[in-house]
Amino acid sequence: MKSATRLLLLVPVVLGLGAALVVAVSTGATAAAAPEGDDELGYVVDLEDLDDPGNVAAGEALFRLGCVSCHGPGGVGTPTGPSLVNAGAASAHFYLTTGRMPHHGSPQEQAARKPPVYSPEEIEDLVAYVASLGDGLPIPEVDLGTGHLQEGGDLYRAHCAACHSAAGAGGALSFGQNAPSLEEATPVQIYEAMLIGPGQMPAFGAFTEEEINSIVAYIGELQRLNDPGGMSLGRLGPIPEGFVAIVIGTGGAILAAFLVGRRVHDADEAGQEPTSDREAGR
Amino acid sequence: MGAGSTVHKATPLSRRTARWFDARLGAASFARKALDKVFPDHWSFLLGELALWSLIIVLATGVYLTFFFDASTEEVVYQGSYVPLQGVEMTKAYASALDLSFDVRAGLMMRQIHHWAANVYLATTVVHLMRIYFTGAFRRPRELNWLIGVAMLILSIVNGFVGYSLLDDQLSGTGLRIAYNIAISVPVGGTWLASLFFGGDFPGPDLIERLFVIHILLLPAVIVALVGAHLALVARQRHTQFPGPGRSERNVVGERVWPTFAAKGLAVFLLTTAILSALGGLAQINPVWLYGPYRPAEVSSASQPDWYMGWLDGALRLWPGWEIRAFGFELPTPFYPSVLLPGVTFTLLALWPFLEARFTKDRREHNLLDRPRSRPLRTAFGMSTLAFYTVLFFAGASDVLAATFQTSVNGLFRTFRILLLVAPPVAGFVTYRLCREMVRRDRPGASAEATAVAPAAPDDGAARRREVAPEDAPEHDPASTAGVARR
Repeated sequence: MKSATRLLLLVPVVLGLGAALVVAVSTGATAAAAPEGDDELGYVVDLEDLDDPGNVAAGEALFRLGCVSCHGPGGVGTPTGPSLVNAGAASAHFYLTTGRMPHHGSPQEQAARKPPVYSPEEIEDLVAYVASLGDGLPIPEVDLGTGHLQEGGDLYRAHCAACHSAAGAGGALSFGQNAPSLEEATPVQIYEAMLIGPGQMPAFGAFTEEEINSIVAYIGELQRLNDPGGMSLGRLGPIPEGFVAIVIGTGGAILAAFLVGRRVHDADEAGQEPTSDREAGR
Repeated sequence: MGAGSTVHKATPLSRRTARWFDARLGAASFARKALDKVFPDHWSFLLGELALWSLIIVLATGVYLTFFFDASTEEVVYQGSYVPLQGVEMTKAYASALDLSFDVRAGLMMRQIHHWAANVYLATTVVHLMRIYFTGAFRRPRELNWLIGVAMLILSIVNGFVGYSLLDDQLSGTGLRIAYNIAISVPVGGTWLASLFFGGDFPGPDLIERLFVIHILLLPAVIVALVGAHLALVARQRHTQFPGPGRSERNVVGERVWPTFAAKGLAVFLLTTAILSALGGLAQINPVWLYGPYRPAEVSSASQPDWYMGWLDGALRLWPGWEIRAFGFELPTPFYPSVLLPGVTFTLLALWPFLEARFTKDRREHNLLDRPRSRPLRTAFGMSTLAFYTVLFFAGASDVLAATFQTSVNGLFRTFRILLLVAPPVAGFVTYRLCREMVRRDRPGASAEATAVAPAAPDDGAARRREVAPEDAPEHDPASTAGVARR
């Protein structure tokens, strides 16, 4: 009995850990990327400056230091890195501003989003250089004014939710790949991803500009949206909900039953014959 | 209170009211009997109460929701206050769920308490079931109550699923789609059954209306009736108790319902209500506005059932894609994990008291409980079963686990398939050895507890009945809260 009692005292510890986990998961999920200054669309670079020959030269110097080992001289590609000849500014901008390049894992491994390694100026130089290599897509110009929020929602649920989840929390794909969470994606990054189709994602170039702007607007709304019901639980659906229901709800209720129902005097357990408070009844 | 005493002017109103009712209903003797009832006082006997109180919260919040929910598949254009869905076509059912969440006072709070309470209700039910199983409380004469409990569990799982399927959001529609496919996987009658229930092909036009009647009328009525029968049987047969000094197969040692046990019950009720209300107010559950209206062609990743269906989802995921043919027909793959497995599960669960009686050849009445260690085989089998369903349960979360912990979902499937075969025997073996070891260690010390659980000899009655109550004990002493009662 005593060991069982001690075991039960673990319940508050488990509850506390569970609560901490919930808080960690939910705050991590709701912390949206802070827009930097007036660059709310996430451009980082100045589109006007991309054709500047000085930038292209500076970019080439950076490329020779940090990119050439995988992408090859002149960006022609090697067995460990694809050719960048026709990658274009949109692709370079997407991979560099999401921190996915430079990628330090194996080439097969999916590059994860991380803080950009290069400064905004360096990114501008590198994008200018990659764009100069061939004939790729330019960085798109997001115009949220032409987007329609509700239509964007319909398109998002029909074309994006299957992988990124209806709440934008992301999800698993086959063989260790995943569709990343969209919490931190900036409008221009979303637009670029739809054009270039990074990783496993298909390119959605057949969509009109208005449709893409609508989807970008809807994802922005998902990011800004408060969770009116309280902690978001990562917006991951019934799995974290079940975890909370079992560990906190049910664990808490069992703890309540234990605290209310346990014997305070333990007279019976100690083997003492209870006398005065015992009598016959029905 | 003496029934024969006269009423005079000084008698307070409450007492006069009580007498008025007693004169017409004869309720006093029943109430005294009920309030005098002795209830054994182990804390784990309150686990079933947790389920009862959660169910009451589910019912109370559910009534509030029915005032505002409109179970209709009629198409409307949403004009409520949730901006991202304004102007979107949807069914009235989904629109009213959005209204409940954004435009009805306390609606979201009630929705969330209802949902959390349902999840906790089923979890506490399962914990209560585990307590009954591991202490052998299902043995004669309580097999009937075990059957009632199993029926409540099945109906509650079904009603939980029906409940979150009502809202006609993308997640609930995905669940119904899977349910439809499971139904048509049943050989011979499956397509007929599915067509009958869904009112045609999926997603039939009357489906939400039908589910609503099932969810708020049919199943709650049956469940509440079964709860009544469950409690009446506990009262009639008396509660089991753990062995201990002064306790025998023929008596009940514990506290009287009034005031001690009632106070405990009230405390547990209030605490349960507090926990569920806190969850309802602080933690978001089933945010249907994020999922969007149901469109049969769409699906979202991380589409899972609520936790109590998780093991079925896991079984569906782990079952290999074998094509098995019999008599020239293919038995569809979903049939095995989704129809056969739950069928076998609940049949075995329901028959367990009878199977164990046959296996152990022990058909005597048992009012004293076993400690789990004193029945190592039963305990080992129980842990083994739990391990099996726990693996299935986690397999149901495989995609969310893979994304959260950055691992391969395919690797998780392989792992869970192996674990499903390995974990149950290992859990059973370890439990068995632990039980034997604990019993062995108990023996030399010969504490009161351990000796009392030695397999009970057939009760010879007469000798034991003498220790039930001292002869000089008064018939009823309102001041006393503890008691011993004859069975």
